[in-house]
Amino acid sequence: MSELDLTKLIFGRLSWESIPLHDPILIGTFIMVAIGGTAVLGFITYKKAWGYLWHEWFTSIDHKKIGIMYMVLGLVMLLRGFADAIMMRIQQAWAFGGSEGYLPPEHYDQIFTAHGVIMIFFVAMPLITGVMNYVVPLQIGARDVAFPFLNNFSFWMTTAGAVLVMVSLFIGEFAKTGWLAYPPLSGIIKSPGVGVDYYIWALQIAGVGTLLSGVNLLVTIVKMRAPGMSLMRMPVFTWTALCTNVLIVAAFPVLTAVLALLALDRYADFAFFTTDLGGNVMMYINLIWIWGHPEVYILILPAFGIFSEVVSTFSRKRLFGYASMVYATVVITVLSYLVWLHHFFTMGSGPTVNSFFGITTMIISIPTGAKVFNWLFTMYRGRIEFDVPMLWTVGFIITFVIGGMTGVLLAVPPADFVLHNSLFLVAHFHNVIIGGVLFGLFAGITYWYPKAFGYKLDPFWGKMSFWFWTIGFYFAFMPLYVLGLMGVTRRMNKFDDPSLQIWFVIAAFGAILIAIGIASFLIQLYVSYRRRDELRDDTGDPWHGRTLEWSTSSPPPYYNFAFTPRVHDLDAWWQMKEHGYQRPTSGFLPIHMPKNTGAGIILAGISTVLGFALIWHMWLLAGVSFFALLAVAIGHTFNYDRDYHIPADEVAGIEAERTRMLANHV
Amino acid sequence: MSQSDHAHDPHGHDHHDDAPHSTFKGYMTGFVLSVILTAIPFWLVMAGVIQDSGMTALVILGFAAVQIVVHMIYFLHMNFHSEGGWNMLALIFTAVIVFIALAGSLWVMYHLNVNMMPGLMKEYL
Amino acid sequence: MSEITHDTLAGSAEDGQRLQFHETTEHHPETGTLLGFWIYLMSDCLIFASLFATYGVLGRAYAHGPTGQELFDLPLVAMNTTLLLLSSITYGFAMLRMQMGKLGGVMVWLAITGLLGAGFLGLELYEFHHLITEDAGPGRSAFLSSFFALVGTHGLHVLFGIVWLVTLLFQLKKHGLIAENRRRLFCLSMFWHFLDVVWIGVFTFVYLMGVLP
Repeated sequence: MSELDLTKLIFGRLSWESIPLHDPILIGTFIMVAIGGTAVLGFITYKKAWGYLWHEWFTSIDHKKIGIMYMVLGLVMLLRGFADAIMMRIQQAWAFGGSEGYLPPEHYDQIFTAHGVIMIFFVAMPLITGVMNYVVPLQIGARDVAFPFLNNFSFWMTTAGAVLVMVSLFIGEFAKTGWLAYPPLSGIIKSPGVGVDYYIWALQIAGVGTLLSGVNLLVTIVKMRAPGMSLMRMPVFTWTALCTNVLIVAAFPVLTAVLALLALDRYADFAFFTTDLGGNVMMYINLIWIWGHPEVYILILPAFGIFSEVVSTFSRKRLFGYASMVYATVVITVLSYLVWLHHFFTMGSGPTVNSFFGITTMIISIPTGAKVFNWLFTMYRGRIEFDVPMLWTVGFIITFVIGGMTGVLLAVPPADFVLHNSLFLVAHFHNVIIGGVLFGLFAGITYWYPKAFGYKLDPFWGKMSFWFWTIGFYFAFMPLYVLGLMGVTRRMNKFDDPSLQIWFVIAAFGAILIAIGIASFLIQLYVSYRRRDELRDDTGDPWHGRTLEWSTSSPPPYYNFAFTPRVHDLDAWWQMKEHGYQRPTSGFLPIHMPKNTGAGIILAGISTVLGFALIWHMWLLAGVSFFALLAVAIGHTFNYDRDYHIPADEVAGIEAERTRMLANHV
Repeated sequence: MSQSDHAHDPHGHDHHDDAPHSTFKGYMTGFVLSVILTAIPFWLVMAGVIQDSGMTALVILGFAAVQIVVHMIYFLHMNFHSEGGWNMLALIFTAVIVFIALAGSLWVMYHLNVNMMPGLMKEYL
Repeated sequence: MSEITHDTLAGSAEDGQRLQFHETTEHHPETGTLLGFWIYLMSDCLIFASLFATYGVLGRAYAHGPTGQELFDLPLVAMNTTLLLLSSITYGFAMLRMQMGKLGGVMVWLAITGLLGAGFLGLELYEFHHLITEDAGPGRSAFLSSFFALVGTHGLHVLFGIVWLVTLLFQLKKHGLIAENRRRLFCLSMFWHFLDVVWIGVFTFVYLMGVLP
């Protein structure tokens, strides 16, 4: 008996049965992951790269390296999220006329949940944060972010969340509840397993990272702008980053709170979302959408910023209506808190409430529309160059306008009563997230890649990726609009009406095109690396950019700017070029920089263990790791030696190298 | 973190910190005011001074609001200058969001309850 | 495109036309710690807002169980409020000693603040224990769930504040009133006073309004 207790104390709910040996798909995946993982780890060991990775990357507090690590995380998770997507598409195209398809319901339910969670929290968020991390300090002429250590810590906490989601694939299960885990389905009675607990702790741990990175970037933008850069001289991308981080700081706490309440219900028998003890499930839905709607704008605002930079650069024109762009962004930021109920018009709070939120939702489309016109007017009579970032931008404008209009349709409460939870909704939000956020990210990646690595991305494969993504998107999601209008609901794993099948087959075809688009992107990375000498950019300014990030070398030195720039205009670098600015080649000073630290990765590692222990009810391990976390965190605060000065000689050396490079180029 | 040249900073205490300067008088004013503003609502409720519950609730909420402002000014040293006004801006923005989240939730959920379970409402109360 | 000379910064233009495009001395950006911490507190404020909203919606869902009027012990709450208010002013005294540069005074007042905080936590634990033994634990009704979540979260913050305070005492002893420690004292000061502000909401909205008929 006591032996049993001890096993329970140590292993909690974990036993051999938790390993899904019965599922051939998962076993196959596991074998693939194991082989691939071993190969990668073996390769790193063979190259003796562990020390390099640890010192130069994992413990780095350089915002540029952290930004790149965020991008890697986001792209790796994109592959996982997309694998889920294509599995769903195949299942839905297959399971007709009595066929069960190949995914049983409990597996299918985990897949659509994981797909949503991964794509939002571990693809879109890291990619957006990564771009902001990389670009914002460079755009404002700063040497790093305000809190470099927290930046590293935030990244690793996000990764810790992603690791927990990935672990759920092979140990236990993931939630079967949909990406927002509504109770009562996510309550302990309907979901007694570990799936929802994986969901809760993955998001809570990643949420810490997101929140801290929001505070960090916010303070960076407020406090660390170069002299002369007043608010109305900030590049638009920095403006959108500012607003996004305001939203992060003011929205993610609500998610933290509501997930904590769900956790209390599940772990400690609280009664928030039970019907029998006076709880109210709709309160969960209400709270989670108070976070959820701003979250949508957290994702899309930086994408708007990227498009603004790209449009003005590739049209060789100053952005049309800069001030209106800024005001539109700020208005969206505030309004995004006034529309959350449109996600649950059907809950029954009556005409007064529904019409209020319907109207606010329609209002919020006005500033967005203003932005679209600003981009169009920037292009109007510009000398447009259709490089790959510009292609993504044009694709975005067309696609996003369609998505926006279906959104306004859904904002009408009576229409929403028909379309709620239908595939029309699914098509709508994919339309804006793929057509807006993802296209924006691809534009941003292509645009800033030469800054980060010193060579451009291969345009041929970039165009392949663009066309396959765009055409694939229309094939994959336009049929869902049709199906939604016919009343097909989301999250079904099989269908009876055979007349619907053709639409799902078309959608699956679209998903395959998108797969080719993703493959083209990966090939693009590889081909560009192979052709890096041809694609090399020595100038640091391959696109004839307008903002400060293009004034430094590609890749920038770790201190970014040998001398802090002074700003006199919105398009600071453009103005510097017009005035025939000469780069200083002497008089360098020592530069004050923060030191690397391993505390971030260690804390996040312990958090992962803590999360895992809490998921599996391993109370002993949970206690130990909790106190370890506390001890390391406190220990870290005793480290007062956090910075150093780069000697002037070293700066002079690096800058002389750049002078040589620039001379070669001419 | 980025700023820690304490060792070789000759004049350097408050200049870098940019932190508000507080006074004994300020703290004591805040303290006395808070004691008064705390004592009155307790007295109102415990002694049952006002008959009408709704009225009492309104009055004590008013006292709470005033006391929060007192704490903000005398203890948290809020003003329109510190950190170039960003502190105050953040506070005002947060207050707006808090108001939206609180009032919005109450409003939305009240309508839900009235519409969806009119009979049950009494049972809960 | 745009040849901007109109918004030249005063004093930055050298010999009329030539603009200066970089700093020639080392540029020190302002320290962001205090602003950053304040923003963190604002986000914490929204966690509490969510819990207050939950209490506001579910606070009268007694599920035929005990009500606030039956459960809440106002003299105890008044006692707790006093302790927290006192700890706020003692923290203020610590800050005043810090401005005078008196390390000993800072540490004494900090220790007193910590003890008052611990007293507050002790009373709160007593109250929770009492409620649970009276079959009025968090699982009894949605009202009690939201009560425990809200008041408990505040209590956890106080506990965290005390842990931080003790850590800071050690750091003060080790390094004295150096710039970093002063900054940390400021941050903890904001944290502590912020908890007091939240408590105003708790005793008004939960306790006082909870016992109104």
